[in-house]
Amino acid sequence: MASDAGVSDAVIADVGALPDIGRREAGGWLVPAAAALVVAALPLAISPYGQDVVVRIAIYAIFALSLELIVGAAGLVSLGHAAFLGIGAYATVLASSDSGASLALLVPLAIGAAAAYALAVGALSLRTRGVYFIMVTLAFAQMAYFVAHDTKAGGGSDGIFLYIKPTLVVAGLTLVDLGQRLHLYYAVLAALVATYAFIALLLGSRFGHALAGIRVNEQRMRAAGFATTPYKLAAFVIAGALAGLAGLLLAVKDGAVNPELLSWHESGAVLLMLIFGGIGSLRGAVIGAVAFTLLKELFQSEALLGPLASHWQLTLGLTIIAFVAALPRGLIGLGARLRGAARG
Amino acid sequence: MDLATFLVQCLNAVQYGLLLFLVASGLTLIFGIMGVINLAHGSFYMLGAYLAFALAPWFGDWFFSRLLVGVVLAAAFGYLLEWIFFSFLYERDHLQQVLLTYALILVFEEMRSILVGNDVHGVTAPSWLAGGFRLGGLMEYPWYRVFASVACLVVALALYAVVNRTRLGMMIRAGASNRDMVRGLGVDIRRLYRIVFAGGVALAALAGMIAAPLSSVYPGMGSSVLIVCFVVVVIGGIGSITGALVASLLVGVVDTFGKVFFAEWSGVGIYVLMAVILVWRPEGLMKRGF
Amino acid sequence: MPSTRHTLAALATLFVASVSLTASAQSTGPIKIGLMLPYTGTYAGLGNAIENGFKLYVQEQGGKLGGREVQYFKVDDESEPSKATDNVNKLIKRDNVDVLVGTVHSGVALAMAKAAKENNTLLVIPNAGADAITGPLCSANIVRSSFSNWQPGYAMGVVAGTKGIKRAMTITWAYAAGAESTKGFTEGLEKGGGKVVKDLTLPFPNVEFQALLTEIAAQKPDAVYAFFAGGGAVKFVKDYAAAGLNKTIPLYGPGFLTDGTLEAQGASAQNMLTTLHYADNLDTPRNNNFRKAYAIAFKTQPDVYAVQGYDAAQILAAGLKAVNGDLSKRDALTAAMHKITVDSPRGKFTISPAGNPVQDIYLREVKGNNNEFRSVAVKSLSDPARGCKL
Repeated sequence: MASDAGVSDAVIADVGALPDIGRREAGGWLVPAAAALVVAALPLAISPYGQDVVVRIAIYAIFALSLELIVGAAGLVSLGHAAFLGIGAYATVLASSDSGASLALLVPLAIGAAAAYALAVGALSLRTRGVYFIMVTLAFAQMAYFVAHDTKAGGGSDGIFLYIKPTLVVAGLTLVDLGQRLHLYYAVLAALVATYAFIALLLGSRFGHALAGIRVNEQRMRAAGFATTPYKLAAFVIAGALAGLAGLLLAVKDGAVNPELLSWHESGAVLLMLIFGGIGSLRGAVIGAVAFTLLKELFQSEALLGPLASHWQLTLGLTIIAFVAALPRGLIGLGARLRGAARG
Repeated sequence: MDLATFLVQCLNAVQYGLLLFLVASGLTLIFGIMGVINLAHGSFYMLGAYLAFALAPWFGDWFFSRLLVGVVLAAAFGYLLEWIFFSFLYERDHLQQVLLTYALILVFEEMRSILVGNDVHGVTAPSWLAGGFRLGGLMEYPWYRVFASVACLVVALALYAVVNRTRLGMMIRAGASNRDMVRGLGVDIRRLYRIVFAGGVALAALAGMIAAPLSSVYPGMGSSVLIVCFVVVVIGGIGSITGALVASLLVGVVDTFGKVFFAEWSGVGIYVLMAVILVWRPEGLMKRGF
Repeated sequence: MPSTRHTLAALATLFVASVSLTASAQSTGPIKIGLMLPYTGTYAGLGNAIENGFKLYVQEQGGKLGGREVQYFKVDDESEPSKATDNVNKLIKRDNVDVLVGTVHSGVALAMAKAAKENNTLLVIPNAGADAITGPLCSANIVRSSFSNWQPGYAMGVVAGTKGIKRAMTITWAYAAGAESTKGFTEGLEKGGGKVVKDLTLPFPNVEFQALLTEIAAQKPDAVYAFFAGGGAVKFVKDYAAAGLNKTIPLYGPGFLTDGTLEAQGASAQNMLTTLHYADNLDTPRNNNFRKAYAIAFKTQPDVYAVQGYDAAQILAAGLKAVNGDLSKRDALTAAMHKITVDSPRGKFTISPAGNPVQDIYLREVKGNNNEFRSVAVKSLSDPARGCKL
């Protein structure tokens, strides 16, 4: 209704003034674009193993970005996001035959399967609030986990292998063959850039501002006549779909899927990435994915830490505690604090 | 399935449920009264089991003394832990609590590995509880399991009495509904929280000590009980002891009969239960109340 | 912009540090051996035993294999199949190891086998018994020094058959290792004229057995075959005895049901019969010397996992000796690794074309805290290697 729209607009405009994800971060578009160019040029300088690490980090960055959409933007803490990663991954492997499969089939399938589950989970979970919401999302992820882990259809606790990586063939010409390292590298980089851009645009739009309003004060939004649930549900489904994309890429990279992809440990890890980087920032999500992966590598590295490497659970655990306690706004927050300190 | 087998399965379900209740009661107290999500609760259960193993050679058959010492040690540990770590979590949001306590699990697991090693250990039941009685012509039911169930029921009653009939319980309930008011009335809320936390840890450790002869003592035993505990607490309603009791029994039934009838899908069972209940009653079976 | 720039600089340093490149040499310089084993979690003890056994053999050869020094690289696989591909790539691609040794968990080992095939890396497996590794995934550069899940199960089935068992039930976790072990038992039992009337499973790693024990009691089979490991094995044997079932229905299992768990199981495991390719008190000079040397070096008693690690080193050494340490002569190397007769503390054994030990499986009985040798259940048992195209 016209008058409602007018009131809602006013509320959204009001909310837009608050510090949030839509605000221009230092450097605007230049910094992420420059970073993407650097990563695109890296294969010239680093070994195949290094490229593997970059691909892995990039996939987790996509996963983290998808979660940022609901945790950072909409304020919904989900402890079951890994379910969508896993569903995308399993859909990819289960739909691939012994002679490989086409990306034209797998990409929509993985995204669609994850989105479908997200729709079902979201529709039911969004009836709950706060800590109950956290627990319900965990429950639904556990359900998916046990289906993958225990049933014959899911392949059991040892997982399933993917022997031939998917390709994209158009008119007889193989455009993309993910079995080749560089193809996979650039495909993942492209997916990361596309995801980042998509979410940034989404958050800068009316939809994004509505989410921000819901995050800040849902009561007020509803009092203003805003139906908040469809917005939250839409964000939840999009987040699930993007996680499914990350799942597809992970399945292709590893050549294997395993029920542990859906475990709450995985859901916890991606939340850690967000908090490392700083919630409420897309750059933070990417930086968090990078930091968390490298930190774990560092702590497990015998070459660098000697006998302490076998006690990585202790070093990693203490680091997380120190981090979350001292830097609740993450690495991005650290940067802001230094800037503030420099300004005096 | 004939009647005799059915009754035995019911007995199995109840016994599992009651033990689960003992662990979950500590979690629901901490969760309900202090509003802290504590993922490390399973580690306290593990602490109890390892305590049972460590104290066994010193106490032999003096079972109740062993339990008492273990509970006191665990409560002291909980008191300290709240003081140096958890008291800083109250002001933080749920996400940070989840992550900080998740990191705590890692630290505890590694400490356990360094201090006690990674072997699997057994704890024997005291000799006056050894053996069992015949259930029809079917099988023997160990006396120790009966004892475990009875012990859990006794603790449940004691907990209910303390929370609903004592001054301490009154302060706890008041602190749960309105922290600032209670502080304004001159109650030292920080010390109250510390006591409640110590109590929660002691309950989980007690569960671990009682369960040790049944489940044996091994790395990772905390995480297997943790998630199920959360399911129980959420189904029952956060902060509700009665709710936790009802929910534990429900979970016990679903788990036991699920294994018999739906072998492949039994793992999914309790989560379907949780989802169904939360969709029907979004705040659990018993809303905030004890 | 200071914040992002500083962050990126720090991350770049971290990145370089953790990707530390190393150069490699083919026929001079040390042999790089990548140990991918569980160093944390439930199987950490097994990982350590395997590493100790391996290093003991190398030590006995003066620290050299095939005339070359040995350099170790270690990765903790956490028994996590989902991280397996990343972990094995650390050894293959980052550290450029010449040989991979690992692991305990079958799911992780499957990923290692796949990676070894794809990268043509030598792999010696000192425990994981997944049938597929010397089945459809078999390859000339993959050799196992332990067993296949089928072997001890089959031997136990044969023993049960000789004891006149007609109706049996099996119980295990719902995962590949359990399924393969019970399948072996079923085949062995059917050879002896018996059959398995019901297979019970519960989700891994659930250990609430009461419901299924009640099922067993209701069905009253002649015997039960169980496959569990670690904490699950301890609990199951104890629960089985507590339910009084061990008095009327004998419990059989592969050695894992009672290996490393007897102290915890105590009275409940006494007199249990199990089958395995090793027994602690095998009274042979080879075993006695091994046990003494191990106890002196590591201040603890060895177990079957230590033996498997020790034999893994033996098999590798034989291959390297045949080519004088020249890893580029891959075909001759793998051929030698398959031709060897391993003089193992468990007794002599050979390697099948599919890469699995052809060995005697012993029948053991639990007495006190030991699995004591009773007889040879099946001699020179070879895994059927179904699906292997070698």
